[in-house]
Amino acid sequence: MAGKIKNSDLLNVYFIMQKIRLFEERIVMLYPEQEIKTPVHLCIGQEAIASSVCYYLKKEDIVFSNHRSHGHCIAKGLELQSIMAELYGKDTGCCSGKGGSMHLVSPERGIFATSAIVGGGIPLATGAALSLKLKKTKNIAVVFFGDGAVEQGVFYESLNFAALKKLPILFVCENNFYATNSPLSARQPLDNIYKRGEAFGIKGVRCDGNDAISMIDKASKLIKKIRHGSGPFILECRTYRWKAHVGPDCDFDKGCRPLVELESWMKRCPVKRIENYILKNKIATREKLNIIRSKIEEEIDSAVRFAKNSDFPNSKDLYSNVYYTESSCPGQK
Amino acid sequence: MPWTKVAVDNAVKNLAFPSLDKNKRTLEFRQALREASFQAFKRDPRVFLMGEGVDDPGGVFGSTLNLHKDFPGRVMDTPISENGLTGFCVGAAVCGMRPILVHMRMDFMLLSFDQILNHAAKICYMSSGRVAVPMVIRSIIGRGWGSSAQHSQALHALFLHMPGIKVVMPSSAYDAKGLLLASIADNNPVIFIEHRWLYDIKDYVPAKEYLIPIGKGFIRKAGKDVTIVAVSLMVQEAMKAAEKLKREDIDIEIIDPRSLNPFDEEIVIESVKKTGRLVFADLGWASGGIGEILLGRMHNKLRPYLKSDVQVISLADTPTPSSPVLEKEFYLDSEDIIKAVKRIL
Ligand SMILES: Cc1ncc(C[n+]2csc(CCOP(=O)(O)OP(=O)(O)O)c2C)c(N)n1
Ligand SMILES: [Mg+2]
Repeated sequence: MAGKIKNSDLLNVYFIMQKIRLFEERIVMLYPEQEIKTPVHLCIGQEAIASSVCYYLKKEDIVFSNHRSHGHCIAKGLELQSIMAELYGKDTGCCSGKGGSMHLVSPERGIFATSAIVGGGIPLATGAALSLKLKKTKNIAVVFFGDGAVEQGVFYESLNFAALKKLPILFVCENNFYATNSPLSARQPLDNIYKRGEAFGIKGVRCDGNDAISMIDKASKLIKKIRHGSGPFILECRTYRWKAHVGPDCDFDKGCRPLVELESWMKRCPVKRIENYILKNKIATREKLNIIRSKIEEEIDSAVRFAKNSDFPNSKDLYSNVYYTESSCPGQK
Repeated sequence: MPWTKVAVDNAVKNLAFPSLDKNKRTLEFRQALREASFQAFKRDPRVFLMGEGVDDPGGVFGSTLNLHKDFPGRVMDTPISENGLTGFCVGAAVCGMRPILVHMRMDFMLLSFDQILNHAAKICYMSSGRVAVPMVIRSIIGRGWGSSAQHSQALHALFLHMPGIKVVMPSSAYDAKGLLLASIADNNPVIFIEHRWLYDIKDYVPAKEYLIPIGKGFIRKAGKDVTIVAVSLMVQEAMKAAEKLKREDIDIEIIDPRSLNPFDEEIVIESVKKTGRLVFADLGWASGGIGEILLGRMHNKLRPYLKSDVQVISLADTPTPSSPVLEKEFYLDSEDIIKAVKRIL
């Protein structure tokens, strides 16, 4: 199956996955310093999804993320220093300290808003897809959301509308089987998120979200189809979050989830898996991967330095930007 | 009716913070909420509770901790479906149940405005009083640590625009218990708003069940110079301000309205007759905030007694920022109350 995937694509996706993993791990290290004063929802364990999907997106394609947004934004090309500075509440952050971890933006990269209201991004992405269609572009919209978000009515309203208008949108559900501490089985009668569009005529695909190779295969095909006008689609990616719902710690000692569950998912670490595949098939040598890794570490080092050395916003900046005052809007181009 | 036997607690009618009495039983705010729910569950089989994560190891910051073990089946974890959940509770309430719906953050209530404002608030009226909606919506206001624009909002004033719902805001553990029991006992939809920063505060909480009447304000601290009308966490900030002002021989009177709808105008007017000066200490925004709403309503009655401008302490009209520097500029505390008092003295 992976035969059709180019080696360079595999390596590139691996690079993004590793970048997300190391970035999130750095936050785990730094958080106890208490300089990152914003709630962080880490995506360690889920990296293959954002990396594979966004790899097939163009700069002008639009992505809506959610509270667990670092991975999506990194994969869509938002600079690490811009994210890190935002986490540090600095003026040089991508929201100049106004948004924090949960509201990262980068209009230049098609990230127009990040909502931390569960399900909030789904209708926004649907509207974005509508705009792409009305503007007759070949671009598409992608929305990432958790298994919890499909419990909001607006998910079904969006599916209905997207199908009705045949919108160029991919609904990517990162099913990590928990919403905060509530297991999926306590919230939904059936474990079949990929089928939720059937009643609207939307095809769904289920994928092992911890297997980058299969993610690459499925995401690339779906995105291609959507670009050719046969969207929308649902992609349900089954995965697992390694850290607590929020914060840098593990939540297993608090009795939130069974430890054996984590252990079994850690054995299927998405980063390790693609790495092993690359080595086994001699796509790259261990040395080459080490070089990639240290390059990423350097980039993170410099992002942290940048964030720490940046200035805080002026306290009076609180009052600016309540209304938009420029004459042309960023999304108009 | 199970609730007619629960009495108003008269013992602490004229005390400020009864917690100061060391010999009395104390509970944290979170424990007081839990105890009220526990006793309501015991008293009335029609009471049930639902919300996201109410049965998890955190138990809504301790306020519902292990309640599902005491009352299996009556404490429900839920899907993340706020508008639906609100409708489920309204539907159950019109059929005679007494649901309690819990939101970990008040911001999430915005998803259920339709069910709250178009349905819960209007069903009694639309039916000419043939149908009641006895339900409680508990919601928590967060603050700090960069929680930012969607996880921090104090939205109490939004609900004051609409007739048909009550809005209750406790500021102490004693009130949390008595007001929550009163809200559950009430035959109308009650929005019960808790500030997360109150959760650790301990004070006197009687073990028995007791009700605090909704709509009666309370003088937290008597004083002669300036009247402060403070809500929720701002009552605690006003108490701190009172301590500091005392050193400068300024004696403020602190009124805790306990509920904003119904609102006890009388207690404020009586106080202003004495002090001639008035400060509102709110947690929400200035525009359409309680300063504007309540002052607008009472202005004519207050005017003969006012010796100075009225001061309103409220948030600047910006969404909540994330950076600590901006948060510091944004939020209000006892220092802001002190400044306001000095501006009119
Ligand atoms: C409307 C709304 N309700 C509740 C919350 C609180 N909350 C934040 S994240 C979350 C769980 C989301 O679960 P899921 O969608 O599966 O995403 P995950 O955290 O697992 O990535 C909840 C309940 C919220 N942010 N918004
Ligand atoms: Mg989830």
